[in-house]
Amino acid sequence: MNDFPFHSMSREQKAVDRARKAFLTGRSKSLEYRITQLKNLLRFVRERQNEIAEGLKKDLGRSEGGTPLYETLGLESEINLAVKYLKEWAAPRPVSKSMMTISDQVYIQPEPLGVVLVIGAWNYPWAVTIGPLIGAIAAGNAAVIKPSEVSSHTSKVMEDLLPLYLDKELYPVVTGGVTETQELLKQRFDHIFYTGNGTVAKIIMEAAAKHLTPTTLELGGKSPCYIDNNCDLAIACRRIAWGKYSNCGQTCIAPDYILCDPSMQDRVIEEIKKNIKDFYTEDPKKCMDYGRIINQRHFKRLMALLEGSTIAVGGENDESECYIGPTVLRDVKPDAKVMQEEIFGPLLPILTVSSADEAIKFINQREKPLALYIFTSDNKLIKRMIAETSSGGVVANDCLMHFSVSSLPFGGVGNSGMGHYHGKYGFDNLSHLRGCLIKQLKMEGVNKMRYPPHTADKLGWARFFILKHVDFGSLGRMVLLALMAVFVAVILQGYFTD
Amino acid sequence: MSREQQAVQQARKAFLTGRSKPLDYRIKQLQNLKQFIKEKTTDIANAMRKDLHKTANATQLFEILGLEGEINLAVSKLAEWAAPRPVNKNLLTIADDVYIQPEPLGVVLIIGAWNYPIAVTLQPLVGAIAAGNAAVVKPSEVSSHTAKVLELLPLYLDPEMYQVVTGGVPETQELLRQRFDHIFYTGSSAVGKLVMEAAAHHLTPVTLELGGKSPCYIDKNCDIRIACRRITWGKYMNCGQTCIAPDYILCESSIQDKVINEIQKCIQEFYTNDPKSFADYGRIINQRHFKRIMALTEDSTVAIGGDSDESEFYIAPTVLRDVTPGSKVMQEEIFGPILPIVIVNDLKEAIQFINEREKPLALYVFSSSKKVIKQMISETSSGALVANDCLVHFTISDLPFGGVGNSGTGRYHGKYSFDQLSHLRSCLIKKLNMEGVNQMRYPPHTTEKLRWARVLLLKQVNLARWRQVAQVATLAALTVFVVQRFLRR
Repeated sequence: MNDFPFHSMSREQKAVDRARKAFLTGRSKSLEYRITQLKNLLRFVRERQNEIAEGLKKDLGRSEGGTPLYETLGLESEINLAVKYLKEWAAPRPVSKSMMTISDQVYIQPEPLGVVLVIGAWNYPWAVTIGPLIGAIAAGNAAVIKPSEVSSHTSKVMEDLLPLYLDKELYPVVTGGVTETQELLKQRFDHIFYTGNGTVAKIIMEAAAKHLTPTTLELGGKSPCYIDNNCDLAIACRRIAWGKYSNCGQTCIAPDYILCDPSMQDRVIEEIKKNIKDFYTEDPKKCMDYGRIINQRHFKRLMALLEGSTIAVGGENDESECYIGPTVLRDVKPDAKVMQEEIFGPLLPILTVSSADEAIKFINQREKPLALYIFTSDNKLIKRMIAETSSGGVVANDCLMHFSVSSLPFGGVGNSGMGHYHGKYGFDNLSHLRGCLIKQLKMEGVNKMRYPPHTADKLGWARFFILKHVDFGSLGRMVLLALMAVFVAVILQGYFTD
Repeated sequence: MSREQQAVQQARKAFLTGRSKPLDYRIKQLQNLKQFIKEKTTDIANAMRKDLHKTANATQLFEILGLEGEINLAVSKLAEWAAPRPVNKNLLTIADDVYIQPEPLGVVLIIGAWNYPIAVTLQPLVGAIAAGNAAVVKPSEVSSHTAKVLELLPLYLDPEMYQVVTGGVPETQELLRQRFDHIFYTGSSAVGKLVMEAAAHHLTPVTLELGGKSPCYIDKNCDIRIACRRITWGKYMNCGQTCIAPDYILCESSIQDKVINEIQKCIQEFYTNDPKSFADYGRIINQRHFKRIMALTEDSTVAIGGDSDESEFYIAPTVLRDVTPGSKVMQEEIFGPILPIVIVNDLKEAIQFINEREKPLALYVFSSSKKVIKQMISETSSGALVANDCLVHFTISDLPFGGVGNSGTGRYHGKYSFDQLSHLRSCLIKKLNMEGVNQMRYPPHTTEKLRWARVLLLKQVNLARWRQVAQVATLAALTVFVVQRFLRR
C-alpha cells in the first residue's frame, strides 16, 4: 500500500495512512460503532458550546445566540436524524423485480467508500465542516478533517477538542494552510468533500483526477433575488434583510443582489432600512448580533466593490474592526464592480429590470447560482421562473431556509458545484451503492436462449423476456384492489339480503 | 473554429432554444432513435461483423435488445421521472410546497467505447435525451465501421441538438477543451484520469464507466458444472472484451481440474471443436490488443486453448492453470479470451487477494452457501456483485450500473441514467404570510427565541408516518363499523 517508512512521511501522509489503517480494521462497519461516534459528536456539540461560541466570536464576531441558531442546532438536528435512521439507510434496498429476476434476490447494498477528505470553509466553519463529517461517519467511512485556517480560532477548537470525543485514528483533524492542503491533496482518498470557491475547487478536482477520486464541491456564485411588483413588500424585505446580513453577508446562499422594477426600488430600500434598524439597532457596530468581516483581505476586497455604485443605505466601515455596516446600493449597473464577483459581504446591490422576462434573461446570462430567490404572490410566476432558469436550489418567498430541510438535497450545479448532502443525501453521497444480484445455480434451462449458437429462435425468446415489461408493482396493486372489491361485495350482500 | 468547437456551439445554441424541454420532444427523439436501430439493423450488423466478428443475432442479443429495452422504459416512464418529486415535510415546512424538480443540465459529452460500441455509446444517449439535454456523441474510432454507421444518427435525431463527432485522440482532446455540463466516458482508467482532469478546468461533473480485473470466486461447495457453464459464457462472449467479464478465477486446488474440465466441455458446446471457423466466436479488435493479450500468456501454463492466428486477430478460448499473482496476466485487465485460474486455500484467502487489489467493476461469487455469499459481499467492495452468474446485472434497469474507486464513478441504466444526467433542483415554495413564526430567527437572538428554535428544528415529526397512522386508523374504524352492522343482522 504505502512504501514510505512511517517516520519519513509528512504529517498529512501520516494522518491519511493512519486513517486508512483504522478503516481497514473494519471497526467503522458496525452500525453500533457509527452511532456511538455520532452520539459522541452530539455530546461534543452540546458540552462545548462555550468554546465553540468563543471561537466564532473571535473569528466572525458571532454573538452567543448566533452560534446555536446558525451552526450547532442544525448539526444537532442532522446527527439526531442520522442516529435515528441509520439502520434504515444502511440496510439493503430491494429493487423491483422483473420476469427475469422473479426468483432472485436483487437489491442495492450501501457500503462505505473508505477514507474521505473533508475540507471545510470559514464562514460557517462548524456547519460546513462537521455537516459533511456526519454523512461520512454515518456511511461508515474514515475521514480526514481539514478545517479552514482562515477561521483560525475555530480551527484550534476543532483540533484540540474533537479528538477528545471521536476516534482519533479514524477521524483525524489536520490543520494548516495552503501548503498543508496541497500535501493532503497529493494523498489518495476515496472521496473529497470541499466547501469553498470555484477557483480552488478546480485545483481540487484536478488533484482528485489523478487518483480517480470522486468529489463533492459545494461552491457559490451570485444568488439572485427577484422581487415581483405583486407581493407583500414588508414581509419580503424583512426576510431578505435577514438572509443578506446574517453573518455579515458571508453566506454561500445569501441573496447576493436584488432584481426589481424601477418603480419598486425606493420602497424596497425603505423596507430594508426599517428591518436593518429593527434587527441591528441604529448602530449595528455596537449590536452584539451584527458580525464582522473575517479578515482584512476580505474587508479591502469588499470596500473596493463599492466603487462606482451609489450607496442608498449604510456604507459605514471601520478597517480596524473589519466592520462594514449593512449597506444597500441603488441603480446598480450590470458592469459595476459589485456585479463582477460573488459579494460575500453586507453589500446589497439593487438592479432594476422592467419585467420578469428581463430578470430571467439577466439571470440566464450568468453562471448557474447556488440559490435563486423569488418573491411574489403569483404562483404562476414562480413556476415560470423555476422552469426558465437553473440553480442549485430555489426558494420562493424566503431566504436560506432550504438549508435546514434535511429531505432536500443541498448542492450546486455548474459553477456553483456538484454533488449534494444533508439528511439521507449526506449518507448516500459518501457511500457506494453497490448493485447486488443473487441467483441460484438452478433453472439453467432458462439460460439456453443466451448461449451460442445464437439462433433466430433463441433470439425470439430473448426478445420476449427482455422487452416484455411486466410491472409487478401495479400487478400487485390490481390484485389487492380485486380482493377488496370482493370483500366489499360480500359484506354488502350480507347487508342487503337481510 | 475547429469542427469540434462548432459542434459543441451548435449543440448549445440548440439547447438554449428550449426545444428539448417539452417531454413530447424528448419522447419523439427517443422514438426516432429506436427507428434508427430498427431501420439500420443490417448496417449495424455488418459493421459489428467487421469490427468484432459478431453475428447479426449476437449483435441483436447483446447490443440492440438492451438498448431497445432502455428506450422503451424511458418513453413509458419519462412523465414520472421528469415530474416534481415531493419530499418529506417537517414542522417548519408544513404549510409549504417542498419538492425536487429534475432539470436538464445542458450539453452532455458522451465518449463511447469500442467493445459494445452501440450499447455503451447510445445507452448514455438515451439518458441524455430523456433528461432534456443536448449531446455531443463521440464514438470510439477503434470500432471504426460502427463509428461510420453512427454518423447516420443525424438523419434520425435533431442534428443540431445531438451531434456526432468522429475522430481519434486529437479530436477527442479538442472536444475535451470545450465546456460541457456533464461528461460521460466509457473506457480505461488511464484515459478516465485525463477526462476528469480536463473536466476539472470547467468544473464539469463526470461519469466514468471504467474497468479492472473482475474476480470470479468458485466455492468448492457449489454445482461446478452449472457455474462453469455461466462463467464460460460470461468470459468468452465478445472474445472476453467485456468490461464486466469474469477476468480471473479464484478457487481451491482440489477443484481446479474439475473446473478446467467443465469449462472445456462448455467451450466445445458453445463454440464447437473449431472456434475459429465458428460464426458466433469473436475476434480481437485490432493487432495492438492481439499482441498485448498474447504477451500476457507468456509466463503461465496453458490448460485449454492457447492457439492463435495474428492475421485474423483470432485467439482461441484459453484457460491458464496454477497462475501466480506475479505473472503477467495478473498485472492488468485482460480484456481477452484468456481465463487464468489462481489457487487460494479458502474463502478468507480469496477475500484477502481481492482486497489487496483495486476495487473491480464486478465481483462474481459461485456458491450454494448463503453464508459464503454474505461474507463475500460484506468483506469486499466492487461496482456490483453477482452471485452464481455473470454479466446479467447489466440488463436489470433497476440496478445502478457503475464502478467504485478505479472502476469508475457515477452510474446509469433505467432511471439512474435520467437522474445522472439531470440536475435535481431543490424547491421550497413558501408564502408571504405567517411571519410570526419567523420571529425566532431574527436578531436580537435572545435565549427565549432560541428555545423556540430548538423545539421547531429538533422536533422530528415524521409527517408521512402520521399520515399512514391516520389512514390505518380510518380503515380500522370503517371496518369495525361495517362488521358491526353486518354482525347485528
